[in-house]
Amino acid sequence: MTETPDTPSDMPSDPPSETSSDSAPSKVATPVATTKRSARKRGPSARRRRRSSALVLVFGLLATGVLWTMLAPTGNAAQTADANEAVRQGRALYLQGCSSCHGLVGGGSPSGPSLVGVGAAAVDFQVSSGRMPLAAPAAQADRKPPIYSATQIDQLAAYVASLGGGPEVPKVTDKDLSEADLAQGGELFRANCASCHTATGQGAPLTYGKFAPSLSEATPKQVVEAMRTGPESMPVFGDRQLSDEDAVAVTAYIKHMNETTSPGGFSLGKYGPVPEGLLAMLVGIGGLLAVCLWIGARQKV
Amino acid sequence: MTTASPPEFVKRPTPVRKANRAIDERFGTQAGLRRNLNKVFPDHWSFMIGEIALYSFIVLLLTGIYLTLFFDPSNTEVIYHGSYVPLKGVEMSRAYASTLDISFDTRAGLVFRQIHHWAALIFVASIVVHLFRVFFTGAYRKPREVNWLIGVGLLILAILEGFAGYSLPDDLLSGTGLRIAASIAQSIPIIGTWASFLVFNGEFPGDNFLPRLYVIHILLVPGVLLALIGAHMGILWHQKHTDFPGPGKTEHNVVGHRVFPVFAVKSGGFFMMVFAMLALLGGLAQINPIWLFGPYDPSNVSAASQPDWYIGFLDGSTRLMPPWEFRGLGHTIPAVFWPTAVLPGILFTLLALYPFLEARFTGDTKSYNLLQRPREAPTRTALGAMSISFYLVLWISGGNDVIAKTFSISLNAMTWSGRIGLIIVPPIAYAITKKICLSLQAKDAEVDHHGIETGIIRQLPSGEFVEDHRPKPSPVPDHPQVPNDRFALPSANGHGNGEGKGLARRAGKAVSGFFVEEKETGPGGPSTPVGGGKH
Repeated sequence: MTETPDTPSDMPSDPPSETSSDSAPSKVATPVATTKRSARKRGPSARRRRRSSALVLVFGLLATGVLWTMLAPTGNAAQTADANEAVRQGRALYLQGCSSCHGLVGGGSPSGPSLVGVGAAAVDFQVSSGRMPLAAPAAQADRKPPIYSATQIDQLAAYVASLGGGPEVPKVTDKDLSEADLAQGGELFRANCASCHTATGQGAPLTYGKFAPSLSEATPKQVVEAMRTGPESMPVFGDRQLSDEDAVAVTAYIKHMNETTSPGGFSLGKYGPVPEGLLAMLVGIGGLLAVCLWIGARQKV
Repeated sequence: MTTASPPEFVKRPTPVRKANRAIDERFGTQAGLRRNLNKVFPDHWSFMIGEIALYSFIVLLLTGIYLTLFFDPSNTEVIYHGSYVPLKGVEMSRAYASTLDISFDTRAGLVFRQIHHWAALIFVASIVVHLFRVFFTGAYRKPREVNWLIGVGLLILAILEGFAGYSLPDDLLSGTGLRIAASIAQSIPIIGTWASFLVFNGEFPGDNFLPRLYVIHILLVPGVLLALIGAHMGILWHQKHTDFPGPGKTEHNVVGHRVFPVFAVKSGGFFMMVFAMLALLGGLAQINPIWLFGPYDPSNVSAASQPDWYIGFLDGSTRLMPPWEFRGLGHTIPAVFWPTAVLPGILFTLLALYPFLEARFTGDTKSYNLLQRPREAPTRTALGAMSISFYLVLWISGGNDVIAKTFSISLNAMTWSGRIGLIIVPPIAYAITKKICLSLQAKDAEVDHHGIETGIIRQLPSGEFVEDHRPKPSPVPDHPQVPNDRFALPSANGHGNGEGKGLARRAGKAVSGFFVEEKETGPGGPSTPVGGGKH
């Protein structure tokens, strides 16, 4: 058991790092690659010409330094070890809780899609909102209390990310949210989100039992993750459609709708004219008919 | 008069009496006033439903006047700088901006808006319930057919007026509703495009539609409504109110209370209660929170966009309609034409013509001032139940997305239930209602015949157990027994015998047979098997 986690976790990490090196290089693999490249450059140049060697040496040192400072936080040996440990732990959790549907190495099965390339953000969204693991096969997974702790979710996310690529877990701070442009967020929400989630974010049905869920319980992080990963029937809103700033603005607008009590009294679930009509019938007309009966009954005395 | 030592028994004239005398001396009002204040109105709780409509209309006028002081029905685009933060800096029409200002920056603006909107919902709803009362008691029969027609006109105008009001704030919901209205106008064959361009002054959404709609909403339709309400009540006043049969009540009298003081006080109090209910709703329950919907932008649409309840049945018919598009003869008739233009046309025409259809097919041309209980006209009651169930299926389907989401039902299942339900539920409602009516008639006949069960069981010397019955206490009201008499009219059978020819005559006969069907089991028919040998 101690051997098996190591070998397969190395095995899949190589091919994806080649395929996805253009778009999103894996952060564990990059520093190794750069040091190799710089070593290769320094070696032959020192052997050939002395004049240019100094320049190349300076450039190489600078480049290495710059790259090092850029990538140092993840290139740290201790953190790499942590990351490997997280991947290892995540794999153990994965084999126990997810592999029966998503396959032993995340390649998917008839009962669950492949997780190669979905990214850490998708895992964090699905597991932290309780949608995964699925309670039962249905048209669509519904939100429920999560069964994994935050640490376990991070480990699962690290493992699935190690299978290859995909969006990372976004960082949404309270400061970002409070500084975001609410009006801009509202306009983007009405243009992009309201057609399924309704203008008030209450959610609405799609076809055959699928639905756009209510946004009232979604955390800001989950909202951004959903936009970036497009869970279930939702389209992906990548950073070419919605910049990070816009995504945070939309999230801030949703948070504002969730947390602000609207004036005017009991909101009837913010579903608009349907509950309004129901209340008008049951309480309005029903109550007034009761008054009619009461006055009518009085007169006979 | 008063100067020369007044005798003790003469009352000193009160200010009211003085004023009354002053007016009478100038306009001669005393005789008319006395006659009208002495007019008698019958007492029954169901006769007050129409009053709910009248009083909510008054509340609509009062709150509407307040709102007109602040509303600006303009399509001009402005940048919002009011106090609602999530819309600051957003481009919107002046109509929407001024509605936001009414909601957030005008004293009592929001509560007036909400009372106005709740009153609109209650106004139409009370008209519909009033219509049910009039229909199921046969109050529309001769001589009151004209008032029925006016009532149907009032209902249609109230729906139009409500839709106009719903569309004025120019929020996302309003605009979506108008977009659909424009599409319905365009779906009319041949004239559709021109009709839509005429209404919207060009391509939807047009640049000066809201001012037009505003004039329609605050002047034209309310003016006609007011005039028709006047006519409705004037005719009621002149023809006198109907009443249920009862002791001392005949076709030629009205038993009840005089306008002054009892009826006036009762109605005044009821007005206060209606106002209180509308104020409670307006103060406690949020309605149409337009700031959450955002300004209208033709490129945006919210899921679960719904009309107010009285348009809901048309939304439902549209959702249930299969996408059958007719193309040919150089024209296209889109599927939306049938459920939104043809269907309401048929429904409201049938509604308006019902009194005349019933009179024709039953051959009943007599005048009635006494009402019927629903069970006394089983065919009519069953037709009413059938219509209501048809309407309810459409109405529920209008909100099928919200229902599907709330109860986790597949939307497709909701749509198919609606389609199938629309066809099979009304006939079932008809059959069940008719059966209930006939059974209740049989029960009545049994009570007339055998008396009321006392619950006292006696054993006869022979060993048999029997229950004692005591005779029905009050005598049968002194009017001809309505139900069976009405459908056993000689003319009911005779209809179509002499007039018309061929197919039309046979069709008329068939429909007459349908209306007078219960007669064939005979006046004693349904009651004999039940009441016959069971005791």
